[in-house]
Order: sequence, then C-alpha cells, then structure tokens
Amino acid sequence: MSMSQAPLIPAPGETRRRPLVVMRSVSKTFSSGTLALSDMSLTVEGGEFVSLLGPSGCGKSTALRIIAGLGDVSTGTIDWPSSRINSKGLPEGDISFVFQEPTLMPWQTVFGNVYLPLKLRGVSKSAARDEIMNTLATVGLQDFADAYPRELSGGMKMRVSIARALVTKPKLLLMDEPFAALDEITRQKLNDDVLRLWRETGITVIFVTHSVFESAYLSNRIVVMKARPGRVHADFPLVTSLERDARYRTSEEYRQACEKVSTMLIEAIGGEEH
Amino acid sequence: MADTDTALVPPKPGFISRNRDTLLRTLVPICVVVCLVLLWQFIITVNSIPQYILPGPLAVANSLYNDWGTLSPALWVTTQITMQALALALIGGVGIAVFLIQSKWIETAFYPITVILQVTPIVAIAPLILIYAPTTQVALLICAFLVAFFPILSNMVQGLKSVDHNLLNLFDLYGASRWQTLLYLKLPSSLPYFMTGLRIGGGLALIAAVVAEFAAGSAGAGSGLAFRLLESQYRLNIPRLFAALILLSLLGVVIFAITSFISWFFLHRWHESSLKREN
Repeated sequence: MSMSQAPLIPAPGETRRRPLVVMRSVSKTFSSGTLALSDMSLTVEGGEFVSLLGPSGCGKSTALRIIAGLGDVSTGTIDWPSSRINSKGLPEGDISFVFQEPTLMPWQTVFGNVYLPLKLRGVSKSAARDEIMNTLATVGLQDFADAYPRELSGGMKMRVSIARALVTKPKLLLMDEPFAALDEITRQKLNDDVLRLWRETGITVIFVTHSVFESAYLSNRIVVMKARPGRVHADFPLVTSLERDARYRTSEEYRQACEKVSTMLIEAIGGEEH
Repeated sequence: MADTDTALVPPKPGFISRNRDTLLRTLVPICVVVCLVLLWQFIITVNSIPQYILPGPLAVANSLYNDWGTLSPALWVTTQITMQALALALIGGVGIAVFLIQSKWIETAFYPITVILQVTPIVAIAPLILIYAPTTQVALLICAFLVAFFPILSNMVQGLKSVDHNLLNLFDLYGASRWQTLLYLKLPSSLPYFMTGLRIGGGLALIAAVVAEFAAGSAGAGSGLAFRLLESQYRLNIPRLFAALILLSLLGVVIFAITSFISWFFLHRWHESSLKREN
C-alpha cells in the first residue's frame, strides 16, 4: 500500500477529473508552538468522497479548517485550480462547512438558519424562499421550517446544519466529525442521507471522522493520518461494485474494506507510539 | 381504533382546575399581604401607637388620597428621571459596548476607566455633578444614568464576547462583513445578556434617582418623591412619608414588571432562561 506520497490513482472505470483543491507541503504551527500539521500534501478531485481518518490529535480537523480558510497555513500552499478566487485566496461560495455541533442560531427558526448564507450574500428572503424550501425538502425537514432549533432532536438539528451547507450549492462540502455526537441509528440514517446527496448533486466531500466503519461505508477514498505531528500516513481508493446501502453494511466487501482501513489506522497509531 | 383513541383523551377540565396553579400563585401572595396589613392595623389600634411614630395603614391610605395633589407630580418627576436615565443608559451601554469590542486595544485602553467610574460610589460624585450640571434635574439624570449604565455596559460586553466560536467561523466562511456579523450574530446572541442588564439597570436607575435627590436636596415644584419623603420627615408627617414610600415601591414593582415582560417577550421562544423544564 502506498505510504505518504499518495499517487492519485483514479478508481478503475473512472476517468481522471480536474483537481478541485491542491494542498502542497502544508504545515501548521499554532501560536502555542504545537506543530499540528507537517508537510501535508493532498489533492482532491471533483466528485470525490474523501475521508480523513486518524487518531485524535492527528490534525485532521486542523487540515479541514485550513482548507476552509479558517486559519492560515504556516508554510506550503493551497490552490483551487477550478475555482474563482477572492481576495482572501478562497473560492468564496464554493465551500461549505458542517461542524461537529449543529452550530445553529437559537434565535432563528429552521428557515432563518438555512437562509443565513443567502442573507449574507444579500439575497432577499422572498427570492430565497423556494431554494430554502427545496433544500429543506432534500433533508426531509420541509415541515419544520418554522420550528426553533430547541424544538428539534439532535439528528434533526444536524440535518438543518447540512441544509444550510447545501443551500448555496457549493462545489466542496467539508464535514468535521458531523455525526460523532449522535446515536448509532441516527448516524446511519444521516450517513445514507449524505451519500444520497453526494450521488444526486455530484458535490465533492471531505469528511473528517475517527470511525473506521463510517469512513469505509461512505468514502471512495480514504486518507489515514498520523499524529504528532499530523501528517498523511496512507492514501488509498476504496472501490466497491455494490451500491452503498443497508445490504452493503452486511456484505463481505464492506467487511474487507473495514479490515483494510482498520489495519491502516492501527499502523498509524502504532507508528506514533514507538 | 377510534374507540381506544377517544378513551385515551382525558375529560376536559373546568376553568378552575385548569388554572389552579396560576390562581393559587396569585391568591396566596395577595392573602399574605392582606393579612400583614390587617395585623399592622390591629397592632396600631391595640397598642394605641401615635401616628408620628408609626401610622396605621388606614392613615397612610388617607394621606395617599389627601396628599395626592402633592405626591402625584413628585411621582411623575421621579418616574421621568428614572425612565430617561434608563433609556440613556441603554443607548449608551449598548453603544459603548459595541465600541469596546471593536478591537482588543480599544478595550484595553478604555475598560479600566469604565470600571473606575463604576466602583466609585455615586453619592460621592453627586456633589460634583451638582456643581457642573446646569440644573438639578440634569444632575439627577446624570447620577441615575451613571448607575444604570454600568450593569448594561458590562453585561453587553460580556454578551458580545460570548458568541459561539463556530458561528463566528461560519460567518467568516461565508464572507460576512463586520457590520453583518454584528447585526445578525453578535447583537442577537447577546440579547439574553442585554435583558439581564436591562432588569438590573431598571432597578438601579430608580434607586439612583432617589439617592441622587437625597444628595441634591432639591426643593420646590420640580422635586421628586425622594424630596417629598425627606420633607415629610422634617415635618413629622409620617403618614405622608409612608405614602411616598409606597409610591416608590410601586414604581419599582412596575419597572420590574415591565422589564421582566420585555425580557420574556424577546426570549421566550428560544432562550433557556425563559423555558420551562420539561420533566
């Protein structure tokens, strides 16, 4: 298996697509002196579903935040070959972020929360209404537009958060352990929802998780990271002939995928301890 | 199926049993007050305590009725000063809080000054304010303002700085301007803090209006309830003193009720402080 230097082998049967974001030798040192990321290179192509997997403290969340422009790189560059760049070097409007917490404004209704990104762009409420209701329908919340976040369950709040991320029709969806705080059944449901949205919209997803099973179920490429300092340990595609649904969860292929990912993760953690 | 459904619906309760809690909550405190007033009158009558030492509730009510011509303008003056001071404090407190959080340097430079002003007892500066202010009314207003202003300022600064970091990140991510972040995120998210400041400030404005008037010792037509209170004491008109006192506490209760209502009105749909626990 390829280590560190990740060759970008397109999955069999797939044509090579244009790179969407290219990280070149990115390092990040926090003001406390901690080296959070060391010489990380990663190219993500349009339409990929990439999981960043690793033990806590491996810098996977830091990497995601840096891609989103929340915090500068210490060294290295991030390029967006297929996007228009704004003054901050970010492809504004092309990225959305889903945090581990739903991060909703409690004083706004579900509608108001999903409206936020459009409001900040100066879109009027009446012009945004159809778009918002459509997006709420894709996450199954069309009947909850007037509810306040406190009236919703944890899973529903997360759906609102996803709807808010999708309402701007971004090219790249960044998700930072979005379902870590949810129960297993809700998490599986939301995993299926994200997969469906990914298939339907052709959006590119970078998904940070510490769950082997989640990453093996969702992604078609897995990047395993190593801690202290954070760096890429392994980067490999995950190809399956099966549809990813309830049956896939019990298939031999899924079991093998989990085993492979698990082995990689154990390697990454083991390497850190010696 | 339909049968089990109807069986599950409890019979509709009557008005009294539905509002039992609310009724009890209103009636019990009223009963207690009535009993205390009756006890007060009883003790006065049995021990035949003279009015200039402790007037009975009847004498106080009498004075409230007879002296209404003197007391009502005074009540109006005190109400005006309190409300104007509170309004100025709200504008000033929120405005300066927004100014202070604009940068770390501004806050570092100015916050100590606000703290010094806050911890200095207002009675101690009152004589100075009296010298500099053009009229006594303005002096009273400044005193009441200064006292009501600080809880609102410090609560607002706290609120504006306690914004959810991820929401701030989100606003950054969507390229929100400073103004948008203030208007759509920082101000709404500090609303609960503002309301706390409002409730504290409302009570303090009244206290400060009274204390400042004691210090000013202003007299004449434009004087408030505090002056009437002192005046009644000098003249040993104790029933009127009590009447003025009752008006002051009623004013305080009204201010408390109004500020609590405003707070409930704006927060009850989303903030934890205004929600009932569901267990």
